Formats: sequence, structure tokens, C-alpha cells
Amino acid sequence: MPDPRTKIDIEHVARLARLDLSEPEKERIRSQLDAILTYIDKLRQLDTEGVEPTSHAIPMVNVMREDEVRPCLPAGEMLANAPEREREFFRVPKIIEE
Amino acid sequence: MPTIAELGARYRSGETTPTQVVESYLQRIETLDPQVRAYLTLTRESARARAEATEKRLKAGKPLSPLDGVPLAIKDVICTKGVRTTCSSKILENFVPPYDATVMVRLNAAGAVMLGKTNMDEFAMGSSTENSAFFPTRNPWDLARVPGGSSGGSAAAVAAGLAAGALGSDTGGSIRQPAAFCGTVGVKPTYGRVSRYGLVAFASSLDQIGPFAADVRGAALLLQAIAGHDPLDSTSTDIPVPDYPAALGQGIQGLRVGIPSEYFIEGMDPGVEKAVGAAIEVLKGLGAKTEKVSLPATNYALAAYYLIAPAEASSNLARYDGVKYGYRAAGGKDLIQMYGRTRAEGFGPEVKRRIMLGTYALSAGYYEAYYGKAQRVRTLVRRDFQQAFERGDVLACPTAPNVAFKLGEKEDPLQMYLCDVFTIPVNLAGLPGLSLPCGFTQSGLPIGLQLIGKPFDESTLLSAAYAYEQATPWHARAPALP
Repeated sequence: MPDPRTKIDIEHVARLARLDLSEPEKERIRSQLDAILTYIDKLRQLDTEGVEPTSHAIPMVNVMREDEVRPCLPAGEMLANAPEREREFFRVPKIIEE
Repeated sequence: MPTIAELGARYRSGETTPTQVVESYLQRIETLDPQVRAYLTLTRESARARAEATEKRLKAGKPLSPLDGVPLAIKDVICTKGVRTTCSSKILENFVPPYDATVMVRLNAAGAVMLGKTNMDEFAMGSSTENSAFFPTRNPWDLARVPGGSSGGSAAAVAAGLAAGALGSDTGGSIRQPAAFCGTVGVKPTYGRVSRYGLVAFASSLDQIGPFAADVRGAALLLQAIAGHDPLDSTSTDIPVPDYPAALGQGIQGLRVGIPSEYFIEGMDPGVEKAVGAAIEVLKGLGAKTEKVSLPATNYALAAYYLIAPAEASSNLARYDGVKYGYRAAGGKDLIQMYGRTRAEGFGPEVKRRIMLGTYALSAGYYEAYYGKAQRVRTLVRRDFQQAFERGDVLACPTAPNVAFKLGEKEDPLQMYLCDVFTIPVNLAGLPGLSLPCGFTQSGLPIGLQLIGKPFDESTLLSAAYAYEQATPWHARAPALP
């Protein structure tokens, strides 16, 4: 496991998480994550060599169903919660530079 | 307050009517909820309409379901068609789901009456309901204390008699811990027993919906209504649902009860240790055989959970981007800035902390060391339980190491996380767990006994809990609210 004393690149993680954190928030989260990761570091003591990972406790594989067209909610209902919409579309700030 | 089974009996005998009962609950909410603050949203009109529908069925001589006309509180993480569902988050403050969760479809079909939606820790992340973006909920036994969490509103509503039963969700203890703190019965079913369709996702491999009630029979009746396979949730399991109420009253003669030594730790509340020890003696007196078992990976389960749950949450909560629903921050000059501001303004501190932790644990260079390691530890936790169940039919232990604490008492996130040390391993292993009252501290705060069962063996849990409940007076006690 990584050394918990490695300083977390909080700017990088916040960018990945799409969170525009304020400076005080960054500082607070950095010190809290440090404390949590120091606690988590105890996992190092446990030998997991050759142990298979568990992603789901109740094993299930490939739940299949017939590929059939079924009714779905009308577009108007699906758009009703959108912060901004135009006709049948979600409206967002521009993505592509002119 | 009458239990769920008593309500049904009184409707059938004509002693009272669903309309009278629903009105009396709405009245009680009006009087007491300004102090308890269990509810975020009340659905008075639809509740009255549903009560009338039950009354019509009754008058027409049609058969009533055991939940017909029964007033319920629903945690605000469960989607309710046309009724605001906030997850106690600013980012979903005005979200109105266009569909019902499967559990709501089933409760509605059974004639149950939703009174309203209950407060919780934001996105179910917390153990005190203090992480609600709106207001904290109070513990009905002591209004200066927390009700536990994250399903604190649902637990408090049942404890205060502001609903006959409730639904919550449990990812690391969020049904069982508040049930213990509020002196109610709470059941976290086996992963896959109850459909998660329409449950707002926190950590998808751990989340499970379950019931709260004032007594074991009430919890069994609610579980009966919501359990079962759902094609809309590919992780719900397609195996038959037994008759839970019929399992009650079987007695526990010869039942093997495993006592995990790792669940009696230094630093736990002495009142909890004493009450749980006494509860185990009661089970013995009822004919159970106890045996010490060991779950050696317990000491590592919490650390593994705080990698797995935040990792899954960071992925699940990526959907809150200010585009499809929910809050959008103003003034973003491009899409990326709009995302970043929306999420920074819309999420509260605990949610941000966990998104950051999860994102970090999944980021390039750390994935195997953190997330991969945690998943291997999860295998060890599961194995421990499998071995313990070779010697015990159920396991008995405290639900939490502590009782309800005061609001603002646990400011350090890690101290708060430690509240869930006895409930988290059960989620990691996907097992069913149940909390029921097993006594009170000297200052009158409820203590919870946790029973843990084999996968899909909720029946044995419920019958053991029922036998204990019938032999003890705790469930009959109610908080003295002014």
C-alpha cells in the first residue's frame, strides 16, 4: 500500500472528481483524508497474498433478458427535472470553442 | 401506539377506521414533529386518499392485506413518483421522480399509506442524521441526542409514534444503528433480497432497503411485502420468499447462537456490554445453545469499507452534474466549470469528503493498492462469517459499541465512522442483520442487540428476535415526549 505520508495531490483529485473546492475546503479535506488514510493503513498488516477479490458478496453472473422493445417514460417527463431545457433537449453551457 | 398487526386487527373488527388512524397520525406529527423533525416532506392529501381507499375495500367486504391502511414513513432516498425525493441534499432539493421505486409499487399495491418522506444523512453518508443539508433529526428518547443514521428520520418517526412502520436503507449500518439508538426493530435484508430499483445509489454492492417497526412482527410484515425478485434490478435474487410472519413463534429450542468475541471490544459503552450479555442469557434461557466464534478480519472491515463504499459512491455520484436533474450553479462559462461549481455548491462536506476519498482510491497508481486490497479483505470478512456459520445458526452481538450521543459531539469524521464498526462487516458479506431493543442505559437510552444470519435466512433471524422480544419488556417502552 502507498505510504500514508505521501502528500495527496488534492488539486488533481478534485479535478478528477469535478469539484471546484475552495482553498479552506482543500486544506480541511487534505488533513481529514490524511487521518483516514493513516487509519486505513492498518490493512497493510493483513496478508492477502493469493486471496481473490470480492466485488459482490452474493455471486451473480450475466443476468440476461430478451432484447425486446418495452415502453419507457415519455421524453417530457424525463426532461421535467432538467435545470435548463430546450425543446426535447437538455441545454448546457457551450462545450466547443468557436 | 398500536403495532402494525394490531392496526390490521382493529380495522377488521371495526374498532377503528383507517381514516381515523391516518388523521390521528397526521395530528400527532403536527404536534410532535416540530421537536423531533423526522419528516422532510408530508404527503397528507395522498395519505387521506389512500386511507379512504382501504376503507372502501373494507366496507365492500374485500380482503385486506396486512399493510392495508397502515401509515408508513419512507426514507427520502427511495423514489416516490410525483413526490420530491431529496436524499437530504441541496443538489436534489427539487427533484421529483417520474417513477416509483419497486418497494413503493409493492407497498402501494398492499394498500399501505405513506405519510411522508424522512430526513437522513445526505446521500445516506453518516451515522447521526446531522449530515442532512436541511436540519438534524432529534432522538425521541432525548431531544439533545442524535437518532443515529443515516436512516435517522425513519427510526425516529417509528420511535416517536409518528408512523407505524418505515423504510430505510442500509449500506454500512444505516438501518440497524438508528434502530438501536431509537429503540425500534430494524432489518437489513440479505443483499439481493429486496429490489434496489428506485433506491438512489450510494454504494451499489452494499446498499439494501429494509423495514423499521415497533415490534418484530411489524418488521416481518413489511419485509414480506417488499421482498422478492424484480426484473428491474439485476442484483435482486430470484429465489422464493418464505412466509416470514409464519416463522415467528417457532421458538428457538436448540438454536445455535454464535457469539463473536471480536464484537466485545475495549472502549465500548459498559451499559451496552451488560445489556447484550444479559440478552444472550435470555436466549439461553429460551433453549438456545451459545458458542463462542471468531471473526478475525473484523478489525480490518471498517478500513476496507472506507475504501469500497467511497469508491463506489464517487462513481455513482458522478451523475449529479447539473444537466439532467437537480441543482445547477449559475455562471459557469463552459461545461467543465458548470460541473465543478454545481458539485461544489450542491454537495455537503461529508459527501465531498467521500467523493474525494473514493476518487483518490480509484485513481491511476492507487487502484490496486487501495481498492484491490480492500476487495481482498472483503473476501476474508466473508470467509470468517462462512466459518462462523458452521457452528452457529445466527450470531448475536451489539448493534453499536455506543448509545445515542449528543448532537455535535462527534466532529471528527473517523470517530463518526467507528459507530458502524459492528454493522459494516455484515454489509461487506451481504448478510441479513437485525437490530432490536435489549435494554436501556441508566440514563434511559435504548440499547440494540444485533442478530446476524446466513444469506437469505431472514426467517431464523426474525424467529429468534421474536422469541427474545416475547420474553422481555423492552419493546413495550415508549419515549415520553412532551
